[in-house]
Amino acid sequence: MIKLENVTKIYPDGTRAVNNLSLEINKGEICVLLGPSGCGKTTTMKMINRLIPITSGKIYINGEDNTKIDENELRRNIGYAIQQIGLFPHMTVEQNIMTVPVLKGWPENKRKKRAKELLELVGLDPAIYSNKYPAELSGGQMQRVGVARALGADPEILLMDEPFGAIDPITRGRLQDEFLKIQEEIKKTIVFVTHDLNEAMKMGDKIALLKDGRLVQYDTPANLLYKPKNDFVRNFVGADRALQGLRLLKVKEVMSTSPPVVKVNDDLAVAKKRIEEEKIPWLMVVDNENRFLGWINKPDLATCRQGEKVEKVVIPPTTTAFPETFLNEALSLMLSSAIGNLAIVDNKGRLKGVLTFDILREVIGKSYVGERSK
Amino acid sequence: MLQDTWLYINTHWDLIGKLSLQHLQIIAIGNGIGVVVGVTVGILISGQGRESIADIVLYLSEIMMTIPSMALFGLLMPILAGLALPSIGYLPAIIALVAYGLLPILRNTYTGLGEVDPAMIEAGRGMGMSNRQILFKVKLPLAVPVIMAGLRNAIVLNIGIAAIAVVIGAGGLGVPIFRGIRNFRPDLILTGAIFVSILAVAVDTLLGQVEKWITPKGVKIGREE
Repeated sequence: MIKLENVTKIYPDGTRAVNNLSLEINKGEICVLLGPSGCGKTTTMKMINRLIPITSGKIYINGEDNTKIDENELRRNIGYAIQQIGLFPHMTVEQNIMTVPVLKGWPENKRKKRAKELLELVGLDPAIYSNKYPAELSGGQMQRVGVARALGADPEILLMDEPFGAIDPITRGRLQDEFLKIQEEIKKTIVFVTHDLNEAMKMGDKIALLKDGRLVQYDTPANLLYKPKNDFVRNFVGADRALQGLRLLKVKEVMSTSPPVVKVNDDLAVAKKRIEEEKIPWLMVVDNENRFLGWINKPDLATCRQGEKVEKVVIPPTTTAFPETFLNEALSLMLSSAIGNLAIVDNKGRLKGVLTFDILREVIGKSYVGERSK
Repeated sequence: MLQDTWLYINTHWDLIGKLSLQHLQIIAIGNGIGVVVGVTVGILISGQGRESIADIVLYLSEIMMTIPSMALFGLLMPILAGLALPSIGYLPAIIALVAYGLLPILRNTYTGLGEVDPAMIEAGRGMGMSNRQILFKVKLPLAVPVIMAGLRNAIVLNIGIAAIAVVIGAGGLGVPIFRGIRNFRPDLILTGAIFVSILAVAVDTLLGQVEKWITPKGVKIGREE
């Protein structure tokens, strides 16, 4: 889809910003350009849509040399979302999103329809937001509009220059999640520039790690973590490699699928017996349809009387997780839950398994790498 | 003296009205041309790599501002006469007003366009806008408030200068002022001065409204916050 061949950029002052870089980006993948500031990642990205002229080498878009395409035409066919959002303050949200469709001369009804679709796609109600101005939006909403605008004329390729950079961490996380969900649907070929390792790990199908204008390693996030090519990569991915690894696994890949369960209408005597058998201080409670209802704590059983039901001592869960949740998120959920274990349920609330600290400890210890199934 | 002035005003409404209109006419034409020339030149000198041209143009128009208006009128007469054009009346007055109004409009256009956030321009370029589209769709709308401020400056300045244009026979509210000076009639001088001031305040207020009206709504919201 996008192919960079021995790309070099030397600025007029002699700085060699990008040095003989070759890279191939597959259709429908997110390729993250990652590296410390001044590594040439933004320069590389901007050479793709020719905002920065290339010094030597070739860039092919769908097999076509990008210098052979009219530059404005080229840019209108490549979505572009930039660092400081770059929404036009004098245009409404709708007008901003319709920028490229207008440049391409789409008829008005088609443009408006597209703007509406895109607002819905990024989770903003067109009835409320179409006619608002950027100054009336929150940072997160502006970023969403920025993404919608980049998708304006439905380009196959998207260039994103730290699109979630200038935003608080919580909103950023949410926008990243939403964007990944959108990407599952739209399957664009995306070049994503960031200096944030966490963001790269989360967003990238592949990560191109750059240093001083050279490509150091181009690989999947897992390989970057566990098969670093050299010390630079090892240091860059850092000492918290084990924690980073959690980000690459989903709960369903490591959870225990046969948790100790009792039914809500069982006698407490049954629960007591289970606890003794399993030699653990807790049980999970489900109803007849296997829907998760809560936990039983061993100390609570001590005071119960004969004939009482499980119902009496069940502690409702503060939080649960889905099998598709990533382990890093599961870990923070566990830290905030009283029991310390995490019940894994499907979207109908049926119990699928349990995640315990013991399991996580084992995962981190082994630094186990599963196939990344994002 | 104030009584005399009041008496004069009260008995000469017709004349004052006529002179005010004349004054406004010169201003409107002079600054109308000034806006077109100033904004156009401002755009032309604001392109990338034209900084040195911009410096020269701005410097020249600054020098223009320092020429006393009396001297400029005096200089224009022989030049226009040499070109076989009317050397007194409206023409030299309007030329002088264009010249004096140029700097504020020119400078503000140049500054306004230059101050547009580079991120906006890059966003436009990155989405495939041509230079012309970036100018008309992005830069100019965003520079409107700054350009308008320059225009208001120019007009208020020129309302004063137009009062002097009476020396070359252009009429306007300078007429009672100069007549008063020649005949030692403070009431006439005051009448002229008062109406020049009223005109300046009124026109400036009006332009303030025009500015509000043509500033893009999104830009206004952004500024209020």
